[in-house]
Amino acid sequence: MRLAGFYLFAALVALLPVLFPTNYFVIVVGASAGLHVILAVGLNLLMGYAGQISLGHAAFFGMGAYASAILTTRFGWPSLLALAAGLLVAGVIAWLLARPILRLRGHYLAMATLGFGIIIHVILVQATQWTGGPDGLAGIPPLNLLGWSVEGDFQWYGVIMAAMLLAVWLSLNLVDSQFGRALRAVHGSEFAAQMMGIDIVRAKTQVFVVSALFAAFAGGLFAHQQAFVSPDSFNLIVSVELVTMVVLGGMASTFGAACGAIALTLLHQGLVVFEDYEMLVHGILLMAVMIFLPQGLFVGLSQGARRLWATVRQEF
Amino acid sequence: MLEQFFQFLVTGVTVGSLYALVGLGFALIYNASDVVNFAQGEFVMLGAMTAIALLGVGLPLPVAAIAATLAAILVGLLLERFAIEPAQGASVVTTIIITIGAAIFLRGVALLLWGKDFHSLPSFSGDAPIHLGGATVLPQSLWVLGVTMLLVGLVRAFLDRTLLGKALLACSFNRAAAQLVGINVRVMLRLAYGLSAGLGAIAGILIAPITFSSYEAGVMLGLKGFSAAIIGGIGNPMGAVAGGLLLGVLEALGAGLISSGYKDAIAFLFVLMVLFFKPTGLFGHQLVERV
Repeated sequence: MRLAGFYLFAALVALLPVLFPTNYFVIVVGASAGLHVILAVGLNLLMGYAGQISLGHAAFFGMGAYASAILTTRFGWPSLLALAAGLLVAGVIAWLLARPILRLRGHYLAMATLGFGIIIHVILVQATQWTGGPDGLAGIPPLNLLGWSVEGDFQWYGVIMAAMLLAVWLSLNLVDSQFGRALRAVHGSEFAAQMMGIDIVRAKTQVFVVSALFAAFAGGLFAHQQAFVSPDSFNLIVSVELVTMVVLGGMASTFGAACGAIALTLLHQGLVVFEDYEMLVHGILLMAVMIFLPQGLFVGLSQGARRLWATVRQEF
Repeated sequence: MLEQFFQFLVTGVTVGSLYALVGLGFALIYNASDVVNFAQGEFVMLGAMTAIALLGVGLPLPVAAIAATLAAILVGLLLERFAIEPAQGASVVTTIIITIGAAIFLRGVALLLWGKDFHSLPSFSGDAPIHLGGATVLPQSLWVLGVTMLLVGLVRAFLDRTLLGKALLACSFNRAAAQLVGINVRVMLRLAYGLSAGLGAIAGILIAPITFSSYEAGVMLGLKGFSAAIIGGIGNPMGAVAGGLLLGVLEALGAGLISSGYKDAIAFLFVLMVLFFKPTGLFGHQLVERV
């Protein structure tokens, strides 16, 4: 029963393309939402559960994407191996960075992660001989899964949704493990967590690496799906959008983060026609949710519903 | 070589002055409210863009500059009233996200008002470069330096010499205690937001003739100002000024001697190093007493 929500979600994801096999919104926007869910669920482990803000998460997304792009186009690596290499690069960098950066708190941590994100973005723009510079890298071959070459929107929907469900399943299980409980203890009080024998440096390092791996995984898939990468997909605005997804849905809830990711993706699609208003709406949304519903839309609403249900049961 | 070095120094100090003004604004707001205002850079942008727009409708430059500064101050007060006050007592992460939301919102408004085009102000007193021992200095750079020095001096005198300024400082030490001795903390909060919005707007108007301005121009300036505040020790107003100048010079040297494309990376790498090795800032809190 613990994973009932997950099975429901999986059923919905599987059912949608059967009902609407040619619907652009389901197949194309759905795939994009799926990538965002992987990113948001990973960032939520760090922000929601461990309470560590990251304003530079697009950097890990970019590392995964560029590792896949560079290794497949310039060195002819098979796509799965390139994807794995991207995970390795992002994981190692996150591991090296975790110790000094996660010693910082609050505003200092925000600044440090933000600075890290900007540095990686500048490198993507400037290291032209490797990354193609501001123009990006084109001609990334399709993802090849042991002989099956993923092509077309419909197949990509399937692959990304499978990856997304894997990410959600992993997150749900991680949160319910000893690791997850340690994270929540660190979030509550680092001092108390330490008193209970939790190695807080280790717990923070692990969650930073895990959340970087989620982002790099999404990055690798993104590069193959788009067949093109450019630095614009991994800048500060993207990092802020990822944070928005997590807080919009509700921190410290896997489905909250997933809902936030889906909601923001749909919002972007809906505002495509009114492109100039997108920023305005994005800004108002961030402020309003944080002021009036700081626990997030999904978490806030589901708590409200649960309370309503409890009163209803008491009355009758 | 020495001439070149001097030239980089001039550029660095000019840009650094802007970082200093923005950083000073960060420090004032942080002192009064423990909030790091990520919309600080947007005040810079609003100042520059409003001044440009007012000049465009035929107002003389001094009038346009003053009106733009007042407009930015109004926006700062509105921001405090409608975004910061309702969220009092919220966590650090929450307030960071609220001010980021405010920044995106203000950028969105500017985009609607002025579009995506780049705009520029005419220089205050001509473009004829002044030669100073092998280096060339634009008259606008002197304006930037002069006005920055004046403003920093005024803010310092305000904090040290006036009752209002001391009340503002008292809020930064202990807000509950300040309230108990009869300081209206809410008014102090508004004062801090108004003051930093004004400082940001003036910085924007000063730099508008040198760099082009657009709806996005505030993002990087705001972040550099935040960096300046961190280098100087967050919440230390004069430290932020020193941090801004240091960051500007370092960036100019990095751009000139290493690579101009990497100048932002160099600046933030320096900030990361400061955070990793001396998170209380390079100048600690003693600087306030010494300078």
